[in-house]
Amino acid sequence: MTIHLTILVFWPLAFGLLSAAAPRGAAGFTMLIGALIPLVYTVIMVADFHTASVGLQHVTNDKWIPQLGIRYKLGVDGLNLWLIALTTAVSFAVAIWLWVRPPARPSLFAFHFGLAETAVLGAFVSQDLALFVLFFDLMLVPFYFLVGQWGGPNGARAALKMVIYTLVGSLLMLAAAVATAVFAADQAGGHISFALSDLQHAALGHGTERWLFILFALAFLIKMPSFPFQGWMPDAYRTMPLPALALFSGVVSKVAAYGFLRIALPLFPDAAHQFQVVLLLFALVSIIYGSLMAFTQTNVRLILGYSSVAQLGFILLGIFALDPEARGAQGALLQAVNHGLVVAPLFFVIALLAERAGGSEDIRDYGGIAFRAPVLAALFLVVALATLAMPGSANFAGEFLILLGTFSSKMAIAFVASIGVVMASVYALRMYIRSMHNRVGEKVSSFELSVRDGLVLVPLVLAIVAFAVYPQLALDAGQNAVKSTVQAVTQR
Amino acid sequence: MSGPKIDWAALSPLIALVGGICVVLLLGLARSAFLRRHVVPFLTLVALGASAGLAIWQWDTHTLIVSHALSVDDLTWTLTLVFLAAAAAAVLLSWRSTATAEAGEGEFFALLLSSVLGMVVLVAAHDLIVLFIGFELLSIPLYVLCATQMRREQSLESGLKYLIIGSVGSATLLYGLALLYGAGGGTGFDAVAKVASTHSDDVLFLTGCALVIVGLAFKASVAPFHQWTPDVYEGAPTPITGFMAVATKAAAFGVLIRFFDVTLIDASSTWAPALATLAVITIVVGNVGAIGQSSLKRLLAFSSVAQAGYMLAGVIVTTRLGVQATVFYLLVYVLMNLAAFAVISLRERETGLGDDISSLHGLGAERPWLAWPMTISMLALAGIPATAGFFGKLYLIEALAGNGWTWLAIVIVLGSAVSLAYYLRVVAAIWMRPKPEPAGAVALAGAPQRPVIAGGSAEADAEDIAAGRTPGGAVARTLRQPEVVFVAVICAAATVAFGIYPGPLLDVARDAGNALTSFL
Repeated sequence: MTIHLTILVFWPLAFGLLSAAAPRGAAGFTMLIGALIPLVYTVIMVADFHTASVGLQHVTNDKWIPQLGIRYKLGVDGLNLWLIALTTAVSFAVAIWLWVRPPARPSLFAFHFGLAETAVLGAFVSQDLALFVLFFDLMLVPFYFLVGQWGGPNGARAALKMVIYTLVGSLLMLAAAVATAVFAADQAGGHISFALSDLQHAALGHGTERWLFILFALAFLIKMPSFPFQGWMPDAYRTMPLPALALFSGVVSKVAAYGFLRIALPLFPDAAHQFQVVLLLFALVSIIYGSLMAFTQTNVRLILGYSSVAQLGFILLGIFALDPEARGAQGALLQAVNHGLVVAPLFFVIALLAERAGGSEDIRDYGGIAFRAPVLAALFLVVALATLAMPGSANFAGEFLILLGTFSSKMAIAFVASIGVVMASVYALRMYIRSMHNRVGEKVSSFELSVRDGLVLVPLVLAIVAFAVYPQLALDAGQNAVKSTVQAVTQR
Repeated sequence: MSGPKIDWAALSPLIALVGGICVVLLLGLARSAFLRRHVVPFLTLVALGASAGLAIWQWDTHTLIVSHALSVDDLTWTLTLVFLAAAAAAVLLSWRSTATAEAGEGEFFALLLSSVLGMVVLVAAHDLIVLFIGFELLSIPLYVLCATQMRREQSLESGLKYLIIGSVGSATLLYGLALLYGAGGGTGFDAVAKVASTHSDDVLFLTGCALVIVGLAFKASVAPFHQWTPDVYEGAPTPITGFMAVATKAAAFGVLIRFFDVTLIDASSTWAPALATLAVITIVVGNVGAIGQSSLKRLLAFSSVAQAGYMLAGVIVTTRLGVQATVFYLLVYVLMNLAAFAVISLRERETGLGDDISSLHGLGAERPWLAWPMTISMLALAGIPATAGFFGKLYLIEALAGNGWTWLAIVIVLGSAVSLAYYLRVVAAIWMRPKPEPAGAVALAGAPQRPVIAGGSAEADAEDIAAGRTPGGAVARTLRQPEVVFVAVICAAATVAFGIYPGPLLDVARDAGNALTSFL
């Protein structure tokens, strides 16, 4: 069956526009359709995927801006297949959530939401550097509005901070991307081209490769966010509306991790090897710092925010383990999907907790919610255990592979990173126990999960469980692509 | 006896403009208010349209006309279309403004047309004298147009300021041109080009170049010669500000391209470092200056300074790619700015808050047809993807990086990062601030009195109030002015459309770049 990636990418935006024009009551429904079709499409694509083949599948390769050497090239391979699936799944969950609980100004929200999904999907499938940069930068625009307009009184400030922080990185990446293509064209003596397949074979000078890698890495590290660049994160997480945050934290941060695998490693293998230790140290500090912050915070959003910093540290660690068998990178890819799958339901749980605690998002106001809401508690427990990488969960498989890869390349770093696994159980269990168990909080008046909220949570939890039973599904698909990416660096 | 051969066809767009000036000026004397208020602007549009049609008809002609004084090629026509589009937008925006009525419709629109005529002559100039004539023909009508809102003291101040500083610029330019003439022994660009290739270290030549750079830098508002820009932009009637921001800049860059990238190209190692320094200063000054502004027009003035810095960077890349990137950026720049000025001018008339940023508060919920164009314009100016501004920056960076100016590309990028701070402030005002209190009271208190210099007096104010106007002519209400919304929506839609498919604009820019034969 032919899969047209263009339809997949632009469907959400088309329905976002439709919802913006639709009458007030219909926005939720159009948004739901806008998220459902891509999900169905992705399921077909995953079923149709040829695991054995190495190259791109379902390629769209059209002329777009020949004057600038930019092609409209989209494609799917083992690197992005499951991340696309994650994006459409989380988006659909968010769309259901927004359908049952419409936000203020739903039409406008639906538009920005559709634009966000389109931008993320576009960044995942683009196989042209300029196209990737375009979608990568575009991702920020809807979230700027979502934070600014629906983020309460401090929204505008937080949105500005987020945009300036991350766009500094993105704009430098734009310059680096153009420079990469120009230098590659100089080397080849030929026509300028941004297609990743053309750029991979360019032999850039050593110094040039280094600074280009630095600019790309900077953009990705800010977006993740990794340790020294997480300054924008707390404000953005505190103010962003929860459904948007589920998409943002679940998916957008993965685009950055994916960027390392898709662009930074294949295009700049020498520099990637040279900066391996630096990035591993960034990853390590992110793990430790994120975990420590996560169990000192009292705002539940920030607990999750800092835990994401730690989790993305693990993903970064796996990518730059650069072990010959590419186990670390495979674990990183699996973990990227896992983290998206657990963090999205966690943000929905936060919304439900806040509802049961008089709107408070402070963990000190919680407690004893499980007594009257056992089903919610059970679902939360599954997600929390997955977060702390309980053996048996897919997260365990992911972190195990990451550490295995790191052990075989940089043992000392792997030892320190293992502490992070323990710390994850501290913050995840702390959050669960303080909210669900303990003495009933003063503001708490608990009640059971309603069917409509279950509609959002249960499928996500089922997906987590299914993935725990059979993580091989994602690992197999990614194996070939990840191996060839990492081995391009290790076997320069 | 036969006179000299005259290429009427190549001159026809200019003739259409001259004809328009005469008709409009004469018709402005008519007693009928309908004729003056509606037929005059309509005829102005007809003249602009005719000129545009003739320019398109003459596309692909490459000749020197009027005994080698005017160079007619695709660069000339591309920029001519830019001027005509900007002037058409200015006409639509001034149709119901107070400035036209106060200054006299005939005069107002005739001046506008003659300024356009000056711009066309300027960018077509192939002779030092013609260059100066074009320069003055463009400037003098603008001095007057800035002061046409006679009930606003700021407008008069703006005209006076522009006159004084503009004259300094003109004088400097003229001095520079005279020195170049001295160095080359002829007024034609060919003579200058010859000196550039043979005696590029001649003191007379170098001094001449430096003074020409300064003179043109005044017009292009390149820092440190930009100081007049915020004051004049703020004071001038908004449609004229929009016209100046777009067309004057395009004209200045047109002549910069023709003069530096063609005539003086052999001396590029001499002037390129100087222009690069100016570009960096301009980017920094423009972006930093805009951050604290609360007046939208001042903000856009500083933004236009910053954008001038980006385009100057394109001029420095002395390749065809560089010229194409600069022209492409100019085309995009026109669209982005006109949308913004259209929205500002309508809100100014509606709210009585002037061009303060608070006039946009709550616009997102109330007036989506104004809010979206303004938002798109701001995002495009910042270079956000899916707008034409993104490709403008990408093209410039590509040209710079391809020619060893990568560091300048990084400066542009960092400048754009800073620029987000103020562009997003405008976006935040539109979408993230609540609607202000009913504006009536503010308008009455805030509307300026008619200045004495413009015939203002207590009686005149009383007359105004009796006629249902607030003193100074501002009326506080929601206005239905479809022509203004039309300009905003069309420009914003084009910004997005060319941000998704920039092909046609790139083709135009390519033609313009190819016209400059020195690269071939």
